[in-house]
Amino acid sequence: MSPGSSAVALDRAAVRLDGRDVWRDATLQVGQGEFVAVLGPNGAGKSTLLKALLGLVPLSAGKAEVFGRPVRRGNPEIGYLPQRRRFDPDLRIRAADLVRLGLDGASWGVPTPSVAKRSRVADMIALVGASAYAQRAIGELSGGEQQRILIAQALVGGARMLLLDEPLDSLDLNNQQAISELIRGVCRAEGVTVLLVAHDVNPILPFIDRVVYVAGGHVLCGHPEEVIRTDTLTRLYGAPVEVLRTTDGRLVVVGLYEPVSHHADGH
Amino acid sequence: MLGGLLDFHFMQNAYLAGTLVALLAGGAGYFVVLRGQSFAAHMLSQVGFPGAAAAVLLGFSPVLGLVAFCVAAALAIAWMGRDVEAGSRVESAAVGTILAFSLGLGLLFYHLYVGSAHGMFALLFGSVLGIGDRDVALTFAVVVASAAALAWAGRPLVFASVDPDVAEARGVPVRTLSAGFLLVLALAVAVTVQIVGTLLVFALLVAPGATALQLTARPLLGLAVSVALALAVTWLGLALAYFSDYPIGFLITSLAFGLYALVRASRAVRSWA
Repeated sequence: MSPGSSAVALDRAAVRLDGRDVWRDATLQVGQGEFVAVLGPNGAGKSTLLKALLGLVPLSAGKAEVFGRPVRRGNPEIGYLPQRRRFDPDLRIRAADLVRLGLDGASWGVPTPSVAKRSRVADMIALVGASAYAQRAIGELSGGEQQRILIAQALVGGARMLLLDEPLDSLDLNNQQAISELIRGVCRAEGVTVLLVAHDVNPILPFIDRVVYVAGGHVLCGHPEEVIRTDTLTRLYGAPVEVLRTTDGRLVVVGLYEPVSHHADGH
Repeated sequence: MLGGLLDFHFMQNAYLAGTLVALLAGGAGYFVVLRGQSFAAHMLSQVGFPGAAAAVLLGFSPVLGLVAFCVAAALAIAWMGRDVEAGSRVESAAVGTILAFSLGLGLLFYHLYVGSAHGMFALLFGSVLGIGDRDVALTFAVVVASAAALAWAGRPLVFASVDPDVAEARGVPVRTLSAGFLLVLALAVAVTVQIVGTLLVFALLVAPGATALQLTARPLLGLAVSVALALAVTWLGLALAYFSDYPIGFLITSLAFGLYALVRASRAVRSWA
């Protein structure tokens, strides 16, 4: 892969927070249109990696480029879903308005009515299959419905890359499957590069082109067949992990589940 | 019957100033409620009272004391809540602490002040029927400036209020905006409080916005409804006060509360049925 065609390029990058290296010497490249799983134990700096690409966390060393340009805050080419709890049930703003904020929510000045913007918002809501409930307040929607709306919000500004921080967390199995397929569809059909931080890799295992793993102060990159193996994952997580193959040929990762605790990863 | 309402100059001024304050409080109040900062608005509308008392005691204009205390309190809240979302637990604890201290200061200055208590009373409950032409002009200037600032920053402010993490990633200066909003609110409150009183400013800052957000989840419509409700209760309250013996502050707050209670009750009934 030539550097010019890469969506993400890190060159000996490091991030320091509160006087400690979160990770350092990170060198990797992600190609445009790739679906990338970001794996690693809690607190290893997965969220920090996404924030570094967003320009929200400064590098202490090295370089980071997105689509061939140095990272900068407010890059409209990137759509972002932060790690979050659900929206407050009392939050009184329509889902469609939340999507619209992804289009012009960062612009100053008095808003003017725009047919083009309205139809762009409606198209994105249709793309993620959320038309039925887009007129309701976001707080009233289920976790899976909120996640679809947020994906529409992330895409509506014309993003060519999605940075998704545990978007499948707190969803039931059906929704994990459905949202994974939706993201894969967007990645394939629209050529959008996806970096997805996953706590549980199984729902996205069939789709991923590449794995970025963050552990022990390092950020490494590999092909799924090199990484999704019993010995590699056990070493990576520092805990026993087994990779099994089902009778229909799919891989399943077992034992990845740590006690649920997200506080350490919230930088 | 309504013919007599606007015959007197003082009633014309009351309606002009009331309308301007309702426009601003209804508009800013929508954001206050959306951001979960009702308690901060409460604090800002009260904190000017010791400021004015201190200024009078030291021989300055009360406006100076009002502005100084409101702005200082807004900056303190912005700084203490700099690492947390608007309307969080840390913010409300800071607001409560500052509010209690400011009321304590108010008590001290009241204790030291040997003049008549009437000025203090006017500050707390307003003297909307004693508004001069200069007050109206000052109110007009403040309302126009604050409304322009809110209109200009409206979209990023909504974004930062409902989804701060994503807004920050998209380049919205969330913390600056948060401090800026409190500052605009503080200045607007400081100037309007001396005209209509703490009670009215606070009532118009929270109840119309809260009612509007119960009625609609569309931001622009909610903003419009909030302003319309603030205007309606102010106009009706002034008229009722003119034709009755009851205090304006009581009438307007009662109307505002009545509307809010009605909307909450009807929503509860609908979701239950």
